[in-house]
Amino acid sequence: MTENTRTSLIEKVLAWSTFLTVFVALYLALVYAPTEKTMGDVQRIFYFHVASAWVGMMAFLVVFVASIAYLLTRQANWDIYAYTSAEIGVFFTTIVLITGPIWAKPIWNTWWTWDPRLTTTLILWFLYLAYGKIRLAIGEEEKKARLAAVFGILAFAVVPVDFFAIRWWRTMHPGALVTSNGIALAPDMMLAFFASLFAFTLLYCYLMMRSVRIERIKAEIRLLKEGMFN
Amino acid sequence: MSFIRKVRSLLWKEIRSELQGKEMLSTMIVFSLLVVVVFGFAIDLNKDLMGGVLPGIIWITMTFAGILCLNRSFTAEQQNDCLYGLMLCPLDRSAIYVAKTIMNLLLMVIVEGVTIPLFFIIFNYPGPQQVGLFVIVLLLGTYCFMAVGTFLAALSSATKTGEILMPILLIPLIIPVLLSAVIVTKGSFGLVVSGADLYLKILVVYGVVFTVLPMLLFDYLLEV
Repeated sequence: MTENTRTSLIEKVLAWSTFLTVFVALYLALVYAPTEKTMGDVQRIFYFHVASAWVGMMAFLVVFVASIAYLLTRQANWDIYAYTSAEIGVFFTTIVLITGPIWAKPIWNTWWTWDPRLTTTLILWFLYLAYGKIRLAIGEEEKKARLAAVFGILAFAVVPVDFFAIRWWRTMHPGALVTSNGIALAPDMMLAFFASLFAFTLLYCYLMMRSVRIERIKAEIRLLKEGMFN
Repeated sequence: MSFIRKVRSLLWKEIRSELQGKEMLSTMIVFSLLVVVVFGFAIDLNKDLMGGVLPGIIWITMTFAGILCLNRSFTAEQQNDCLYGLMLCPLDRSAIYVAKTIMNLLLMVIVEGVTIPLFFIIFNYPGPQQVGLFVIVLLLGTYCFMAVGTFLAALSSATKTGEILMPILLIPLIIPVLLSAVIVTKGSFGLVVSGADLYLKILVVYGVVFTVLPMLLFDYLLEV
């Protein structure tokens, strides 16, 4: 029981700190940060858009690492990490794909463009939807974990190729914010930006923790059921 | 036996089972002819515009025909548990993957040999200006397609919804192949494209990456 109580304590702390940081980030992004000179208030989408994109990418990286770890160690825990992370990643990538066009329409005068970043994000979204589909299509736990891990590795390997393939098309998307010359952002905006980045990362950790726990409980129930009927 | 000889005997087995019925090949050819005809009905453009559209049509048709081929590639082995028989053979499992890929590639090359001339006839478009480049991009693109496709066919054949799952897995993964192949094909038609050689290089890189990765991971797919 001690481990359980410790986990629930960590979860509680994480939940409250996520709750508070999200509020602070919201305040900073919507009120504190100055209105952008040319774009106006629409620019405030930026704080949510980029933060979601960051969480999405990080989540898919976790899927990749956890998939490799699963194939090497065959511990069900890694599979649970990979699966929950993929789920959360798809969710945040969906946010990116929705907020992006809302921001792009007034600024670029088009909802969508075949820019490397947009296209790569879209393809990633499709890939991890497919990843979820594999899991739905297999009954046996071990096989499900194994095949999903194989696809998780393959899916992440295609990302750099995608990016370079699409890169030679004309780019419309703004470049990297953080370059070797420093950060191209007004200090007030920077604060709001990093606050929302931090808030979203905490949110990711919290969601991960919750869904990992749910998956573990599910596995436990499965074991109990098998024990009951056999 | 060396790896190559094992692959050769597996490939011979594939060819013999195909020659027995010639089911796959005839179905693929008829199917791709139908797609050509359907596109012929649906698209009616003058010659200048046609050049911009034809490469896309060619690669869409090849994608469809390829998916048809891949769907049978491993599910056919499930009859009488042939796949287990293959797995019991004293050989590296990646040899099965290599032999299947070569077989699928062969089938596709035959299909392309039959249908691609018809594209130029039905759409009344003069043949590609740089025939060499055209042939290279066809082979390279088809190889990349089949290298990933054969692997995913093995993966999806192990699931409950194999045949409907396969395209969903495959298409997002081959987007860079389709993109690059269409652009290089356009270039081989003598249309102005920037960076055709870069896209050719992407195809090569993709081909290498997605030959090595599936060979490494194939053992994990065919576990009992």
